[in-house]
This record gives sequence, structure tokens and C-alpha cells, in this order.
Amino acid sequence: MIEFRSVSKQFPDGTLAVDDFSLTLPSHQTTVLVGSSGSGKTTLLRMINRMVDPSAGTIEIDGSDIAALEPVKLRRSIGYVMQNSGLLPHRTVIDNVATVPLLRGVPRKTARTEALSLLDTVGLDRTLADRYPSQLSGGQQQRVGVARGLAVNPNILLMDEPFGAVDPIVRAELQQELIRLQSELGKTVVFVTHDIEEAFLLGDQVVILRDGGRIAQVGSPSDILSNPADDFVASFVGADRGKRALHVERRGGSDILVDTEGRLAGVLVAPTGPEASPDHRAPQ
Amino acid sequence: MTWIWSNLDLLWDRTLDHLVLSVPPILLSFLFAVPLGWLANRYRLSRGVILTASGLLYAIPSLPLFFVIPAVVGTSLRSPLNLIIALTLYGVALMVRVVADGLASVDKDVRQSAVAVGYSGWSIFWQVELPMAGPVLLAGLRVVAVSTVSLATVGAVIGAQSLGSLFTDGFQRGIQAEIIAGIVLTVALALLLDGALVLLGRILLPWTLLAAAGRRALRVARAAEVSA
Repeated sequence: MIEFRSVSKQFPDGTLAVDDFSLTLPSHQTTVLVGSSGSGKTTLLRMINRMVDPSAGTIEIDGSDIAALEPVKLRRSIGYVMQNSGLLPHRTVIDNVATVPLLRGVPRKTARTEALSLLDTVGLDRTLADRYPSQLSGGQQQRVGVARGLAVNPNILLMDEPFGAVDPIVRAELQQELIRLQSELGKTVVFVTHDIEEAFLLGDQVVILRDGGRIAQVGSPSDILSNPADDFVASFVGADRGKRALHVERRGGSDILVDTEGRLAGVLVAPTGPEASPDHRAPQ
Repeated sequence: MTWIWSNLDLLWDRTLDHLVLSVPPILLSFLFAVPLGWLANRYRLSRGVILTASGLLYAIPSLPLFFVIPAVVGTSLRSPLNLIIALTLYGVALMVRVVADGLASVDKDVRQSAVAVGYSGWSIFWQVELPMAGPVLLAGLRVVAVSTVSLATVGAVIGAQSLGSLFTDGFQRGIQAEIIAGIVLTVALALLLDGALVLLGRILLPWTLLAAAGRRALRVARAAEVSA
């Protein structure tokens, strides 16, 4: 469990990136911080592994104040995945994945064996192990980034717009892969994005942020969709434009879902397969 | 040509002398330039001071330098050490800016992600910044190597035996073949050291070689990803 208690961050240039932010992020769940640029979402994420230290307030992980922990040690215990993968271009895929275990003093051979099995976990072919990051596609690089984040088997996984720089098809694939991984691993995931669709897809708890890290609404995707707290949230999720209010129209023998403005949103089908569950991840 | 065939021993000796005079300054200037370049890249104040000083250093004419160095260091006026020190100074002057620029060219995202996953202060420098600045450092070192080999010929003027001695001797005695041999050997030696550095780069910086191959592999990978 991660707890923010009245956390503020003012940068030396005077910008107040985060103003009196309090939130509890439950363990083994995915919390998505979503907001436009300037909402302080990345600053909040970076406070969790002490890349940024708050100017006021405290952050606790499982009840202990992280200000008392040594930053480097803390970072080595938390997985971190960022946009553009952040892989070291001069290290092979396998060495990139093994980076943090090696820093923690795991013997080279053990670290590499474990890294190979992590490639399986994130759905990468083992033949890619000896390539350099520049030899991989954007989607493959992001998978390596996720494998690196998981390499020390951390309880917490921080993800900073990890799928922001890949094309929509690959992004959808990576999102499904993350859902699969999370159902197997049950990490405490903190995910930052500006894409509300991504937030609703991945988040157990979604936090919609205004400027300065002020919380507009916290809740499950279905809570937020059915009860937007205010006009800001309604406009952010698109409810004010009728995007979220769907009705069924019978067209050409199919049940078509149409929004208030007449945009086609999808087709009504019976739930099938393993994804047919009553929660928000069921096909909408 | 006959002069050359009958003086092969002399040419070989001068080439070796030249190598002994130019290799230490190349290595030393790299060793000194790395910490100075790091310092120049680290703080704004030190950047101004160090880069200006190293720029001025390169502007000092070599002949006066050969008289200043013995006075400061305490070597004898005709010691080859003077030349090695002078060439090291010139090499440092060139190399410091290259190191500073090379370190500054390291991708901020990569640096930040290295911090994020738990690299500590010095390990970021040794394991991330320095290797990533490698291609720039290598390019700078190649310039230093070639310019040092060329500058080392000046040693002949202060009595340090080198390929430059072939020019001075050839001029004094009017042997044109000797002058030409000196020029050709100097160029050849410069090319040899340059080639050695390129080879060293391929061994130490294998990922840069793969950039082109990588782009090819990438196209294949993309195609596979789309069809999958």
C-alpha cells in the first residue's frame, strides 16, 4: 500500500506541480493517474521512488516513510517502466533486463538465466536476447522495458506513459499483455497516462487530476463513468459530449451501439471467452 | 629512391622514435581530458573556465612552449619529455571540449531511466554516460591522434629525434628523397594510429556498429509484428 499524505511539490523555479495531494493506493491493484500535461501526474509517480522529493507532506510504503529510506536502495526495489523504454542503448537486451539484479549483486549467470525467463513472461522470443535495443521495434523495446521493471520481482511497478510512443495497434496489444501480466503477478501498479481510454481499461482505481495535482475524482472506472463528480470530469471522460451515453440501434441485422451525437461506438455481442467477466474489463 | 633503400634502418628507427613520442601524449591527453571534461560538463562556472582555458592552451605557439616547459617542470632543454608534455597539453586542449560535448550528448531519458532503476552517482558515469559518450570520444581521439603525429615532427627543431628529423636533415643536406620519405611516413603513421583507434572502437563500442544492421532488422521485426 502506498499512501500520499498532504504532499506538495514546488520546483525551484516556483512552479507548484503538486498541491496538498492525499491518496491511498491499494496493494496488488492498478492505480492510474490520468490528467493532461501540467497535472503533476509524472511528478507524483517520481515521488514514489524518490526521483523527486516532496517539498511538504509524507509518502509511506506499507507504513514506512520513504523519506527515511536510501533513494538508490529504494529505486532498486521498485520496478520502473518509462516512455521510449529508457533502455541502455549500449547493452544487449538480456543485459538490460538483468541491469538491476546485477546492480544488487546477483551473480551474472543467475541474473541472465532469470532475465531469459522474463523475456518469456513478457512474450518476447529468446532469440532477441543478444540484440541491442536499436535493433528492436518500439513495441519490442517496451516489452523489454517491462521485463526490466519486473527483474527484481518488485512489489511495486511504476509505469510512466509506457505505451505513449507506440502505434495504436501495438499499444492495444501491450495493454492486453499488461492486463494478462497483472492478473498473474498482482503487483501494485502505478500507471501514468493522459489517455482516459487507457486509464479505464487498465485501472482498478482511476485518479483524474486537474492542474497542480489536485484530484478531480477518484474511483473505479464504472463509478467515474456513471457519476462524474463535476463538469471537469464529465468533459475529461467525454460524457458531456454524449460520448459515454450509448443506445442500441438495429441496423442491417446487428445491434449497433450509437452515442448521443450519432457516432458509432461498437456492436452489441454476447460475452464470450475468458474475458467475459462482470467487471469493467468485459467488452463494452 | 636509392637513398631510401640504403637508409631503411634510419627510416625504421625514426618511425619508432616518432611512435614513442606520439603515443604517450595521445593516451595521456585522453586520461587528463576525461575528468576535466566531466568537470566542464558538470557545472556552468567550471564549463566556462575550463573550456576557455583549454582553447587558449591550443593557441600557445609550440616553440616558446618548448622553452617554458623545461623552466616550469625542471627537465633539460633537450629532453624528449618536453615534447611529450607539450603534445599532451595540445591533446588535452582538443579533447576536453570533446569530452564535455560527448557527456552532454548523452540522452536525458536514458540517464533518467538509469537513475530510476537504481544506478548510483558514479556507476551512472562509468556504466552509462562514459560508454554512451564513446562514439563522440572516439571521434575526438582520432583527431588528437592524427594531429599529435603531425605535431610531433616539430620535435626535430628542439633535438627530439622523430620523423621530423628527416625533414630538417633533408633540407640541410639537400636530400629530397629524405624529405619526401619523412612526409610519407608521417602520414602513414597517422593513418595507422587512426586505423588502430577505429578497430578499438569496434571492439569497445559494438552497439554503434550494429546501428545500420539494426535498422534492417527493425524493418523485418516491424513486418513480423504487423503480420502477427
